[in-house]
Amino acid sequence: MRYESPTTTKEAVALLAQEKGQAYVLAGGTDLLVRLRLDTIEPDLMVDIKRIPAMTEIKKTATGFKIGAAISGATLGKNKALLKAWPGVVEATNLIGSDQVQGRCTMAGNLCNASPAADSVPAMIAAGAKAIIVGKKKRTVAVEKIIIGPGQTILEKGEMIEAISLPAAVKNSADAYLRFIPRTEMDIAVVGVAISLKLKRGVIESARVALGAVAPTPLLVKEAAKAIIGTKLDDEALDALAAACSSACNPIDDKRGTIEYRRRVAGVLAKRTAKIAYERAGGK
Amino acid sequence: MNDPKYTGQEFKVIGSRVKRPDGIDKVTGRARYGADMNAPGQLVALMLRSPHAHARIKKIDISKAEKLPGVKAVITAADLPDLTEGNAGLFDTLENSMARDRALYDGHAVAGVAAIDKSTAKKALKLIKVTYEKLPHVTDVDDALEDDAPIIQPRYATEGQHGNLINKGEFGQGDIDQGFAEADVIVERSYKTGQTHQGYIEPHACLASVSPDGTGELWVTTQGHYSYRNTCAQLLGMDIAKLKVTSSEIGGGFGGKTHVWMEPIALALSRKANRPVKMVMSREEVFKASGPTCSTSMEIKIGAKKDGTIVAARAECRYMNGAFPGMWGTLGGMTAFACYSIPNNKAIGVNVLCNRPKVAAYRAPSAPMMAFGVESTIDQLSKELGIDPVELRLKNVAREGTQAPYGPVWGPIGIEPTLEAVRDHPHMKAKLGKNQGRGVACGFWFNIGGQTCSDLNIGPDGTVNLTVGTIDVGGARASLAMIAAEELGITYEDVKVNIGDTSSLGHNDTTEGSRGTFSSGMAAIFAARKAVDVLKERAAKMWQIPVESVIWEDGSARANGKEHSNLSPLTLKDIAKKAGSTGGPIAGHHEATAEGAGVSFASHIVDVEVDPETGKTQILRYTVVQDAGKAIHPDYVEGQFQGAAAQGIGWALNEEYIYGKDGRLQNSGFLDYRIPVCSDLPSIDTKILEIPNPGHPYGIRGVGETSIVPPLGAIGNAVSNAVGVRMYEVPMSPPRILKALDEAGV
Ligand SMILES: Cc1cc2nc3c(=O)[nH]c(=O)nc-3n(C[C@H](O)[C@H](O)[C@H](O)COP(=O)(O)OP(=O)(O)OC[C@H]3O[C@@H](n4cnc5c(N)ncnc54)[C@H](O)[C@@H]3O)c2cc1C
Repeated sequence: MRYESPTTTKEAVALLAQEKGQAYVLAGGTDLLVRLRLDTIEPDLMVDIKRIPAMTEIKKTATGFKIGAAISGATLGKNKALLKAWPGVVEATNLIGSDQVQGRCTMAGNLCNASPAADSVPAMIAAGAKAIIVGKKKRTVAVEKIIIGPGQTILEKGEMIEAISLPAAVKNSADAYLRFIPRTEMDIAVVGVAISLKLKRGVIESARVALGAVAPTPLLVKEAAKAIIGTKLDDEALDALAAACSSACNPIDDKRGTIEYRRRVAGVLAKRTAKIAYERAGGK
Repeated sequence: MNDPKYTGQEFKVIGSRVKRPDGIDKVTGRARYGADMNAPGQLVALMLRSPHAHARIKKIDISKAEKLPGVKAVITAADLPDLTEGNAGLFDTLENSMARDRALYDGHAVAGVAAIDKSTAKKALKLIKVTYEKLPHVTDVDDALEDDAPIIQPRYATEGQHGNLINKGEFGQGDIDQGFAEADVIVERSYKTGQTHQGYIEPHACLASVSPDGTGELWVTTQGHYSYRNTCAQLLGMDIAKLKVTSSEIGGGFGGKTHVWMEPIALALSRKANRPVKMVMSREEVFKASGPTCSTSMEIKIGAKKDGTIVAARAECRYMNGAFPGMWGTLGGMTAFACYSIPNNKAIGVNVLCNRPKVAAYRAPSAPMMAFGVESTIDQLSKELGIDPVELRLKNVAREGTQAPYGPVWGPIGIEPTLEAVRDHPHMKAKLGKNQGRGVACGFWFNIGGQTCSDLNIGPDGTVNLTVGTIDVGGARASLAMIAAEELGITYEDVKVNIGDTSSLGHNDTTEGSRGTFSSGMAAIFAARKAVDVLKERAAKMWQIPVESVIWEDGSARANGKEHSNLSPLTLKDIAKKAGSTGGPIAGHHEATAEGAGVSFASHIVDVEVDPETGKTQILRYTVVQDAGKAIHPDYVEGQFQGAAAQGIGWALNEEYIYGKDGRLQNSGFLDYRIPVCSDLPSIDTKILEIPNPGHPYGIRGVGETSIVPPLGAIGNAVSNAVGVRMYEVPMSPPRILKALDEAGV
């Protein structure tokens, strides 16, 4: 196995494109190195992106934020502007693992690992985040379109994510993320719910609701958003939201939770998440 | 052994909180664990394991693996002739270390490979071709007793009973039928508990080296290097004295490192390859192929008079032993009603086989499950009677003079004092909020003594080496150094305790049954007293006075009597310095089968909050009260209380082996086998009671195990008080609680 640590995106892309065997991008390595140790992958090349300056900065742009693919959870959590604009995305990313894992793990890695239970992904989807993909040519794709199945993404050979972009903060808007795990940390979501919404005089004007761990891929649930748009998040709206989330679930029965349990808890968490986002946006 | 001179005496070192001797090495990484030893030319060994829960092994073709360059040895059961001479338990160990005609559980070893490196060994595993014929399997303890269940071990089947039922341990007193007839209120319930693993952080690991001359060495993480030596030597046909086993530092054991697993195979590979062999289990292998505890299924029935006098109790609990029989049900039966004085009681522990790994001890093995059933039932009884649950327990508590259900008449015991301490504890008065509840439960566990052999050697500068044959899994080195210092009258810092390898001391029983500090502490006391005798002789020689005139006080020899008033005391150091000219090195030795082990009781209080919408339970506050007899090093004693409670909390809430319909283990890793993380636990309060064990010179009782017994019941009771549903199954995981809430219509 070869290990390379290029200093430009161009070099990184070239390395990936030229490799005939199995090539992997190494961001924080908190998924990749685990898989290496478990023998589920046998890479021929690992391209470490942590030395690429463009990938290790958070830029505030005219249209929002550009978060380099190698930015760790810990660094993200310290960015005040981001925390203010997208508290839900930051809290979701900061839920990953433990302090040690936070020092390494990235949003792009979380996305490319393509686990149905990835914590930051529903939050990115709810926030309307986009992945900036580099390869033969550059393309920008909405996060909800990246994952197509457990462990599978639309990325083609030689492609990688350079950064995640988030829209600029809008007044009277906010997001939130909650997950259910049996413990308090170091666990994998049984259900994850992310909601972003915008208020106009206390009424929800627009919203995006995303679910994790309840289907083969994270879901953007339009019906759930519809259930609360135009409301002040009264009990009726909350119940409709919960029902829409529960019925959008397409989970499996497994060691982590039954279908029935996941559906139920998706509804419960959706209500709680919506209340947090609503309050953060200034709703009462 | 009862030595009243030392019971209740004033101590100088005992009871203080000195620094642990292994702390720096452990935090800096200098300490060497099982996987940290290397030898020149060593090979890496890996095991091929059965992917089936139950299968006949029709053929194993190792020819391709053997031909792979870099592979130095491949072995299967064919390389391990049966040398057990009719010893059934030893044959079980042999069969468990390598499947013979059948693979008996998912993860059962079928072949071992030693190669020059790990990647070569991995390739070799892929080249071994095993032809299996799948057989029907069973992994649930109740299913295993169904008529159509496959028989796991035909050699253990007995005419006239189910082939998977090994035996029943029955204990009790009086006439339970008559007792229940006299009862005003009877509560009868069924319970189940999941299978848990000790979850020690360090996987099994060893370095084995066998020479063509028939001698061998094994460096290994173990709770009992003598037992590992004896077992391995017998299985491989070696002379016991020619196999030297050294115990490494140990990263937790809790009973799981009391028996050999892959060690005989590492030795066999080394012998075949004629090279040292290192073998380290992966976490997955630890879960699948070491010795977790039993899952259980039980019925508990308790009857009382209106005034709360319990007149009859019956328990029947089926213990899933895995693919080989153990004594787990028997132990459970003995513990069932040990906390109480019940005139008519019967407890039956049933040993059942399943296609799961061979069960090993786990901290107070078999008691937590039984206590879950009994303590949950007593709580329900208290509700039916309208009597406070602590008062009900106190009313029926066992005391000095009560005959234990398994026979002995109790001496001074601590269950009543722990319950009184619980009743009077401020924790019991703390306010509870919405969805919060409090639970109390009691627990009992034995201690054992056993074969012990220790050496105490005084160096030329007067510092002391105490060499013991029990291992240090919970701070024993500190406690034993304190004991030696106390006896010799010197400082703790002047004593260094070593764990001797098997060639340096006589046989020592395994460090289990909370015996380490009890037994080696006893041996340290007597070895030190023998050394003091020698010190006195040497002082007499230096002074040229009769030894009868020498007394030992505060670490010095003093000459007794007016005629010697001109002789100033000789310190241990003074005498040690002159040892060469007064008769040679000064030492004390002690070997014995330690008798007089006490028993230990604990009562726990727990507050929980249950989220009624998700079923998740949070532990808010936890208090352990336990009798330690005498706390040698209170920090370590508290650590044992806390650790045991933490493991009990994990067992109660989330830990569980999950088997699929295919009989394969689905959660062989710490992601889906959920032991508590730090943030899951509150700081666990402890209260040490000291009711001296009259069988030990210092009154010591083992403290390591008892506090894993009450948590399951205490948490079950607390959950019930928080949300009004009774949990009959452990773990009380969120989906189970939510389902119970639904069913109760809460
Ligand atoms: C102890 C522990 C706890 C964890 N807890 C959680 C948790 O609570 N929630 C959670 O969601 N996850 C958790 N994880 C999983 C993991 O930490 C996250 O998925 C993390 O975000 C991965 O980021 P990374 O930078 O470490 O990815 P890496 O391991 O570096 O990469 C992951 C995958 O994505 C690919 N990749 C990485 N970056 C790029 C890129 N820029 N372009 C293209 N492909 C790329 C890699 O090749 C690899 O296949 C945990 C992991 C561990 C070890």
